[in-house]
Amino acid sequence: MSALASAKHPYIEALLQGAEAPASGLGWLNERRAAALERANALAVPTMREEDWRFTDIRPLTKVQFHRAEERAHPSMAEISGYIVPEATVHLVFVDGVFARELSANSGLPYGVIVAPLRTALQSHAAVIEPHLACHARFRDEVFIALNTCHLRDGAFVWIAKNQQCPTPVQLLFVSTQHEVAAHPRVLVVAEAGAECTLIEDYVSLGETVHFTNAVTEIAVGENAGVQHVKLQREARTAFHIAACAAALAKDARYASHTVTLGARISRNSLNVAQEGEGAQIRIDGLTLVSGRQLADTHTLMDHARPHGRSEQLHKCIVGDAAHAVFNGKIMVRAGAQLTDSAQESRNLLLSDKAHVDTKPQLEIFADDVKCSHGATVGQLDQEQVFYLRSRGLATEHARALLTYAFGAEVVDRIPVPSLVEQLERAVMRETKAGVQL
Amino acid sequence: MIRDGAKVLLEVRGLRVKVGGVEICKGMDLTVRAGEIHAIMGPNGSGKSTFAKALVGHPAYEAVAGSVVYEGKDLFAMEPEERARAGLFLGFQYPVEIPGVSNSAFLRLAYNTQQAARGADELDPLEFDDYVRAKMKLLDIDPGFLDRSVNDGFSGGEKKRNEILQMALLEPRLAVLDETDSGLDIDALRVVAGGVNGLLTPENAVVLVTHYQRLLNYIIPDYVHVMDGGRILRTGGKELALELESRGYDWIKAAA
Repeated sequence: MSALASAKHPYIEALLQGAEAPASGLGWLNERRAAALERANALAVPTMREEDWRFTDIRPLTKVQFHRAEERAHPSMAEISGYIVPEATVHLVFVDGVFARELSANSGLPYGVIVAPLRTALQSHAAVIEPHLACHARFRDEVFIALNTCHLRDGAFVWIAKNQQCPTPVQLLFVSTQHEVAAHPRVLVVAEAGAECTLIEDYVSLGETVHFTNAVTEIAVGENAGVQHVKLQREARTAFHIAACAAALAKDARYASHTVTLGARISRNSLNVAQEGEGAQIRIDGLTLVSGRQLADTHTLMDHARPHGRSEQLHKCIVGDAAHAVFNGKIMVRAGAQLTDSAQESRNLLLSDKAHVDTKPQLEIFADDVKCSHGATVGQLDQEQVFYLRSRGLATEHARALLTYAFGAEVVDRIPVPSLVEQLERAVMRETKAGVQL
Repeated sequence: MIRDGAKVLLEVRGLRVKVGGVEICKGMDLTVRAGEIHAIMGPNGSGKSTFAKALVGHPAYEAVAGSVVYEGKDLFAMEPEERARAGLFLGFQYPVEIPGVSNSAFLRLAYNTQQAARGADELDPLEFDDYVRAKMKLLDIDPGFLDRSVNDGFSGGEKKRNEILQMALLEPRLAVLDETDSGLDIDALRVVAGGVNGLLTPENAVVLVTHYQRLLNYIIPDYVHVMDGGRILRTGGKELALELESRGYDWIKAAA
């Protein structure tokens, strides 16, 4: 407990309330939590003076005193059923950061597939978890990852054994219900060699509450394994959402990430993909659709550490009203990562004069035989396209809405879950007001 | 077909049009009646396409003098979409690519907008699918067009066929085809000709803007107008096109 009192930053100290978890009985986990606590105490809340946060002002987050969730009755199945993806017959639901067994479905899984709350998995599968948990998402210099790690006691665990396949997508649904509550969701996915799975990580709010989600996800993709990862952030526009995902890829692994950011007042989504084996293939798609006074920051790092890696990234932002989107995409090609083939594209659409986007592609290349490209565009709708549609009788606002919709649909249409594509297309339509005519 | 007493669809008087501050059309006069086919010919830069774009209200083309009356209404008091809903159609010289918008959805939207403007029934996606496929079959257009994004990755000929398909679906009162025949092989040219000939009734009219006499082997115009320097210099019958083909444009400039 004494460690808690020594937090350098009073705000961090407040967020550490509730982190004093009982010893887990697993020495390695206690050690990692203690190390994270030490870092949380030492680190401060990042400010815009730091390069990594220079476009993202999170002061509004620090003005709210968050507390632990109270023990209350969970929402009913009826209240959350609209969020359950029909294809995901396997789903774990968490309410204000706590596993809700009665809302979840994880029975009938085939041999070699485990989808379980982390708390129980730590007892049954510690040997599988130990090499990964809190190893990929580095908390040394990241205060929010450190905070999440010292709160670590529950979360979601997905494990696919060697050469096994999870037959349906797995949905992890994190529901926030309480006002001024901070939750620290944790996800660990381990796909052993040759395994395949599709994961849907989904964050929603019930009601317009001010809450803080501080999520950390770790994904280990084994040799020649494939993980498709959909991250959907559709929280209330009063919420704060800070998330870090770290994926580690072994030789010939395949990882595809589809991130859609619609919600939260202030959000920050970090994705670090480490290509730790030769010949891994990575696809990173992102769509940020914000309006009002929302701020959405996406930071990605594509780290090619071994030869023959291939990565392709498309990030799109549609920014309306006085909203602000940030994209920082770094491609790192380390010495020895020869024959890397990496392409990154950042495309941004501004729907109003006050809308704002900061996009910053970065290449750092330390190998001499590689193919890397990146490009960024920021613009308004193409006036020739608008006119073409008007010349066929469409009203100007409908033409604009249709074109905005099409811009976003390119990312949504690549999501490997049909009902989600349909649902997100509707959401994009609603946002862009294209629904009146499609 | 020229008929005495046919209704005037379009009356252009003394039209001057500026593009980027430069006057390109310098006093156009043209009268188009129901049932007629007009061909506007002329060398590059004579103002043909500028005239066509100004008619449909492209924002970069500014009418600075003169008048255009369409079916008794001041055309320049109407927004581009209002002109379209009133039955004015432009077949684009360079049709615009719209990635992400499916051609079938686009065609249905355009069609239903037109139907609504005419007080006719709109079609749901299934009904429309039957309707558009029948039209495509008639015009010999590949049904694979429907599943692609609007003009996205289409070849030049495919784009022009898609324009003709839109014209056939929208059944305009006045269709202006801006160099729809340029760069087309003979099969695509037949599609264009088939579309135009299939559209014509005694109630509507077509204005073909073209460089080449070739299209006029398939579509017989009632009038041929020769433009140069932003004006119509000479108007004649279909034989004028043949004369242009053999003698070029210079003799008309000299005569003017």
